[in-house]
Amino acid sequence: MKKIAFLITLAIGVLLLRAAVDLPDWGDPNSPASLHVSPYYITKSLEETAVPNFVTSVLADYRSYDTMFETTVIFCAGITVLTLLRRARRVSKKVIKPRPARKGSDLILQNAVRLLLPTIQLFAFYVLAHGHHSPGGGFQGGVILGAGFILLAIAYDMHMVFQRLREKTVLLLSGIGVAIYAGIGALCLVLGKNFLGYAALSRILGTTEVMAHSDGILGVEIGVAITVLAIMFSLYIDLASGGDLDEGL
Amino acid sequence: MMEETLTFIIAKYNYWAALVLLLIGLFAMISKNNLVKKVIGMSIFQSAIILFYVSMGEKRGSTIPVLLEHGHGQVDHAIDVAAYANPLPHVLMLTAIVVGVSTLGVALAIIQKIHRVHGTIEEDEILESIKE
Repeated sequence: MKKIAFLITLAIGVLLLRAAVDLPDWGDPNSPASLHVSPYYITKSLEETAVPNFVTSVLADYRSYDTMFETTVIFCAGITVLTLLRRARRVSKKVIKPRPARKGSDLILQNAVRLLLPTIQLFAFYVLAHGHHSPGGGFQGGVILGAGFILLAIAYDMHMVFQRLREKTVLLLSGIGVAIYAGIGALCLVLGKNFLGYAALSRILGTTEVMAHSDGILGVEIGVAITVLAIMFSLYIDLASGGDLDEGL
Repeated sequence: MMEETLTFIIAKYNYWAALVLLLIGLFAMISKNNLVKKVIGMSIFQSAIILFYVSMGEKRGSTIPVLLEHGHGQVDHAIDVAAYANPLPHVLMLTAIVVGVSTLGVALAIIQKIHRVHGTIEEDEILESIKE
């Protein structure tokens, strides 16, 4: 088995090596990937969307269909994990015995988390809101927010987190995020432009069409962040407890 | 001849790094018996693809794809395209990373489910337990 695997890997390696010879050099400004649409994004982004970060404007404006369905993929992945693992408490015996619930508390860990968590969440909102002007945006902000909740669940236990953020709320949030994204798209459709054509929002926001693009991008980024936050936390609670949502790690 | 080959290797070193990572991941996915190790192989494979894409967007001497003049409205001079890295691979990989994490979650969930049914995550032992 090992030998066959090695031979297959070697054959594919030789094929890819042959193909890599024709690829453009590292750092070549005239490589085909940098010649067609990318100069348009770089030169027109600020003019058309008032967003200096090209990654954000391409992500949430020029290629916003792509991002909408990526968000849907994340949502579907979260639902899949839920349907695979989640089960009502104490229906069947676990194969792996969970560690006994921790009595007492880890003073240093819990106090460190108490100090860290507000900073983490504030930083997440900064990354989300400042995504127009610096590296950041909905995906990154959502992941940091979700990581904050996961940290809380590791340092204390899951019950403590569920008192603040119930499982039902988490699942509701994951749906709300996708709905915000698609809702903004549908709103543009109702206002007489294409689906996700943010220029239409200028009528209700009372701004210029260029600024409406910027605001529309912020809106969908918030939707993405909510979904990513909810799904990251949902993945953790289901995987760490085997679907029982009892002690966790 | 020697010098030419060396220049050629150095000029494309990002592809060699991606290639090595990709083959390590592929080998792990085919040869490993343990399902978690297969998933680790898949993650290494994904990292190779991400490295490949992001390195394609690099231009020599360019900065990150964020306009240096932060502010709304017009820039009064022409924007130098070669001064900024290509934003498109960054966008594609940004979503790919998050989707990669969610697919990793699904894979781990399936492995947990398999372990619940068969009591093992070794592939040959699972096959035996299916035959019985």
